[in-house]
Amino acid sequence: MIDINIHKILHGSTGSMDLDIDISIKEHEFVALSGQSGSGKTTLLRILAGLEEADGSINVNGDSWQNGTRVLAPQKRGIGFVFQEYALFANMSVEQNLLYVSKDRALAKHLLKMTDLIELKDRLPATLSGGQKQRVSLCRALMNRPKLLLMDEPLSALDPAMRTKLQHDILSLHKEFGTTTIMVSHDPSEIYRLAQRVILLDQGKVIQDGIPKEVLLHAQGSQKFSLTGEVLDIIKADVIHIAVVAIGQQIVEIVMDDAEAAMFNIGEQVQVSTKAFAPSLSHLK
Amino acid sequence: MMDFTALDFEPFLLSFKLAGITTLILFIVALPISWWLSQTKCRCKPFVEAVVSLPIVLPPSVLGFYILYALSYNSPIGAFFEETFGIKLVFNFTGLVIASVFYSFPFMVQPLQGGFESLNKNMLEASYIAGKSKVQTLLRVALPNIKPALLTALIVTFAHTVGEFGVVLMVGGSIPGETKVASVAIYEFVEVMDYTQAHIYSAIMLLLSFTVLLGVYLFNLRHNRRIGVA
Repeated sequence: MIDINIHKILHGSTGSMDLDIDISIKEHEFVALSGQSGSGKTTLLRILAGLEEADGSINVNGDSWQNGTRVLAPQKRGIGFVFQEYALFANMSVEQNLLYVSKDRALAKHLLKMTDLIELKDRLPATLSGGQKQRVSLCRALMNRPKLLLMDEPLSALDPAMRTKLQHDILSLHKEFGTTTIMVSHDPSEIYRLAQRVILLDQGKVIQDGIPKEVLLHAQGSQKFSLTGEVLDIIKADVIHIAVVAIGQQIVEIVMDDAEAAMFNIGEQVQVSTKAFAPSLSHLK
Repeated sequence: MMDFTALDFEPFLLSFKLAGITTLILFIVALPISWWLSQTKCRCKPFVEAVVSLPIVLPPSVLGFYILYALSYNSPIGAFFEETFGIKLVFNFTGLVIASVFYSFPFMVQPLQGGFESLNKNMLEASYIAGKSKVQTLLRVALPNIKPALLTALIVTFAHTVGEFGVVLMVGGSIPGETKVASVAIYEFVEVMDYTQAHIYSAIMLLLSFTVLLGVYLFNLRHNRRIGVA
């Protein structure tokens, strides 16, 4: 059980913000931390790792990592951390990156085999692709058999195919090592696939906390489906208006009348939903 | 045809011996200071940086004068060393080493500090999270990843010490085999209008300096390609 009760004043681009978090995380849980950029996700992760200071307390399975001014050094927390930009030791080969953490050669070999990196064990990080680097980083984070694994948007720099492969690796490693895992992610499909619980932050506060299905599926009431998007343009076409809305990677057009067109502004976040029709699925060509 | 065998190489040997010892001492002294400067958030950092950089700005005569004053028998430091250890600190090789350490200090600290500051902070944090102390991280992660900066620091310090003139003249004088280094020797050749010797000595200095610098830049280019920086 990890009890986190911390606060810290953050000075961001939009003025100062009060990061105020009070949550408990169960052992072996896989938690996704989501929210807009600047909402305090990365800072929370760094405070858990001991890389940044904050007020309050952090207790992990009865051990105090932080209590008021008494703070346990990052060296003594025995955690694993996966950085967004890999942060591999550039002077060491793939295998040396792992062995630097712990001299356990058998474990290093096992991890490299699991992630299809064994052939690359003598290569330097600079010669690897982004996906390969992030797999090395993941293996390195597990070399001290951490109770707590922290990942800061580990897959955001990778292409979709590589993401899927790494999601699989992350999930199997999470299960095999029995870690408690906290991952910062923006990708709903990734969160849905990996996490048992998702915590949504906004302006330094928890605004939603629940299972991914509840938090991610925004549909309410009698709406059959609903999506969140951004109005890119509102075009007048004869007697009607057409709103161009970006939903994820897709652009859709939605027909509106004069009154509706006047209600919305370009750049506004909107919800696209339908009640009258049942959506249907078809195979992608 | 010139007779090169008659050439007195002692001033060169002395220059290189002085530069070698100075570089070694400075590496040991400057490493923790430059690492600290690169990592600290202390408000006193600009103050320390200004003190470190002083020898770049100060005329060598000013630095030489203060060092001479501090190390001479008239100052408490000089008196202490002479009375306790029986060592004189001025107008001998020991004095030259001390003066050179001060004179070349920024040339060791600045490249190292720049190298450490350019390192990916997350990489150092990954080392701390892996349970490694600051010293282990410095020696096994930080230092091996700033090889070009490290080489620049070592070579520039060495070269700068070989090239110093004003400070050595003030603190060391020109005692053959003791404090008469190459730059001082050239100055004396010119003074007595022995231009042939002055030419030979100067050409040797020029060639050596160019070769060393070219070597550094070639190494840096190759290294940066290998680790994927350039």
